[in-house]
Amino acid sequence: MLEIKNLHASVEGTEILHGVDLSVGQGEVHAIMGPNGSGKSTLAQVLAGHPAYAVTGGAVSFEGKDLLEMDPEERARAGVFLAFQYPVEIRGITNAYFLRSAVNAIRKAQGLPEYDPIDFLDVLQEKLQAIGWDDSLMNRAVNEGFSGGEKKRNEILQLAVLEPKLAILDETDSGLDIDALKTVADAVNKLRSPERSMVVVTHYQRLLNYIIPDYVHVLADGRIVRSGGKELAFELEEKGYDWLRPETAVAG
Amino acid sequence: MTSIESQVKKPYQYGWETDIASDTVAAGLSEDVIRLISEKKHEPEWLLEWRLKAYRHWLTMTEPRWANVHYDPIDYQAIRYYSAPRQATKPKSLEEVDPKLLATFAKLGIPLSEQKMLTGVAVDAVFDSVSVATTFKEKLKEVGVIFLPFSEAVQEHPDLVRKYLGSVVPPTDNFFAALNSAVFTDGSFVFVPKGVRCPMELSTYFRINATATGQFERTLIVAEEGAYVSYLEGCSAPVRDENQLHAAVVELVALDDAQIKYSTVQNWYPGDEEGKGGIFNFVTKRGACRGKNSKISWTQVETGSAITWKYPGCILQGDNSIGEFYSVAVTNNRQQADTGTKMIHIGKNTRSTIVSKGISAGKGQNTYRGLVKIMKSADGARNYSQCDSMLIGDQCGAHTFPYIDVRNSTATMEHEASTSKIGEDQIFYCKQRGLSAEDAVSMIVNGFCKEVFRELPMEFAVEAQNLLSITLEGSVG
Repeated sequence: MLEIKNLHASVEGTEILHGVDLSVGQGEVHAIMGPNGSGKSTLAQVLAGHPAYAVTGGAVSFEGKDLLEMDPEERARAGVFLAFQYPVEIRGITNAYFLRSAVNAIRKAQGLPEYDPIDFLDVLQEKLQAIGWDDSLMNRAVNEGFSGGEKKRNEILQLAVLEPKLAILDETDSGLDIDALKTVADAVNKLRSPERSMVVVTHYQRLLNYIIPDYVHVLADGRIVRSGGKELAFELEEKGYDWLRPETAVAG
Repeated sequence: MTSIESQVKKPYQYGWETDIASDTVAAGLSEDVIRLISEKKHEPEWLLEWRLKAYRHWLTMTEPRWANVHYDPIDYQAIRYYSAPRQATKPKSLEEVDPKLLATFAKLGIPLSEQKMLTGVAVDAVFDSVSVATTFKEKLKEVGVIFLPFSEAVQEHPDLVRKYLGSVVPPTDNFFAALNSAVFTDGSFVFVPKGVRCPMELSTYFRINATATGQFERTLIVAEEGAYVSYLEGCSAPVRDENQLHAAVVELVALDDAQIKYSTVQNWYPGDEEGKGGIFNFVTKRGACRGKNSKISWTQVETGSAITWKYPGCILQGDNSIGEFYSVAVTNNRQQADTGTKMIHIGKNTRSTIVSKGISAGKGQNTYRGLVKIMKSADGARNYSQCDSMLIGDQCGAHTFPYIDVRNSTATMEHEASTSKIGEDQIFYCKQRGLSAEDAVSMIVNGFCKEVFRELPMEFAVEAQNLLSITLEGSVG
């Protein structure tokens, strides 16, 4: 589904990713862990096509297509979704309207009929029920005045409605208390399916107690330095990241 | 910031011209020209005198230069002050109106023929200096509402016109109001008698067609005790290399418990990307809440014109009267706008609300200028002002000049202001959800303007949103 080969990327002339390799199969959940500044969020933003990041080398294919050749909106329409670490506010536009516009943009690109506002309400109810949430966020302006937890929930809500093939969760756990974390993780688990792949970017192991990944990768200094099963996360929790840093390995 | 740079604007879509023979007065301004205009309109002597007095006063005035706008001096002798489509006799019904004129308005989305008229909206169509058709006149007459081209009102209701003309904006008010008083040609007259709620929206559509011609219309709306009326004006003009002057005067009078809602969707030709051509929109609009508990609301969506200079205001004379001003002003390419409002509180417990949204894109300059004045007599007066500016790109400007003059210590004043920028991150967020950059900008801007759009009559809110999208099209690549 997603093949990343020797990916190099930089921001404002400074290289952050120094050759990332990663392969994510259909229906798999991969966790990317790593210390602050290791390039986790850069990887997420590069996959979504943020214009501030320049790809300086390597290749990324998504379902056999060259992802790096596609505009951000084309990637979204092809089924790539990024749950943002810092979602932006859009004044005066309700979540319901925003979501319907997004769903319709994606459906249009796929040659499907667009939803009118009435039909969309039904669709929305169905999706909300699937993750067990109410519609209290729907009539509020997109992220405006939302608490940190509400913003993160809103990202997952969008994930539920947009039904991507690949969901990238960028530090979805940051700023959440344990109850909010469970609520979000519970919804994410309900959205797991054999057709949907996920890349979960996180600094802490605790999210992975609730979203159990199939694979865990450690990103340090812009490279994946270790890959393993879910037990790797526990090892990291115990030992920290330092033992995996390349320079530490040399010194030890 | 690479994508917020391209500035390819979609061509102005109302920029075509109607090929029609016109009866035009030669360029230049003098007492003779004013006499000629007055004669063409078969005006009574008092009105000619009124015009001449205004003209003589205008000669003593100088053009105001305090606005935050820049343009070359206007040659008032190079302007034609009267242009009317030629017709043998004055049409008595729509069937007699030149089909070219009907086609012009139909193309602008203003069907005038009986079969296609907009339901629920009565329209007065003004082409250059004259009104060419007014729909639903008879139907409105049945309920006592007078909705007539100004020149007809002068003939049919001279006493009413004389009583109220210049009573809110005196001919000596300012340079452009004096000029308008001297040479005004047509416009709309609305009179809603005591206790009548006008059963439909009233609307005037102004079209400038002739070259090198100014448009100087005059609108007067009077709502008697307990009356209600909602009025909307729209406008457009052909694409031309030269600047054309539009200097209108609008006067509103609301008596006890009366309510007037005045909405504008202004889409005059804005000039090209380099700032060549476009309309100078120098307009004086003012409402007088003369009666107690009266209310006047101004809502304006200003997307066109090379330069906009207007401050629709309210004189809150009656106790408990209310003045409102809701504005969206957009400047793209090299457009300039200096707009806002004046709220003058005189009566007790008078209230005013100001919500201004300025959007600047390209090299556009957008200025909010507003005055809130609380007089000594205005016990318990309240004002709420909110001025928000949005910048798209990094070559545009937003400026805010709020003037507050409080002479009564019981007044309550609130002022909020914000400036935001449509950022790369907001656009990227929308794109990541599958939206195009254009749709993202349109959505962000419409959300920003929502508090103003919801004040517009339903039929026009959608039009205003579309207009905004077109005006900003290409401002973000």
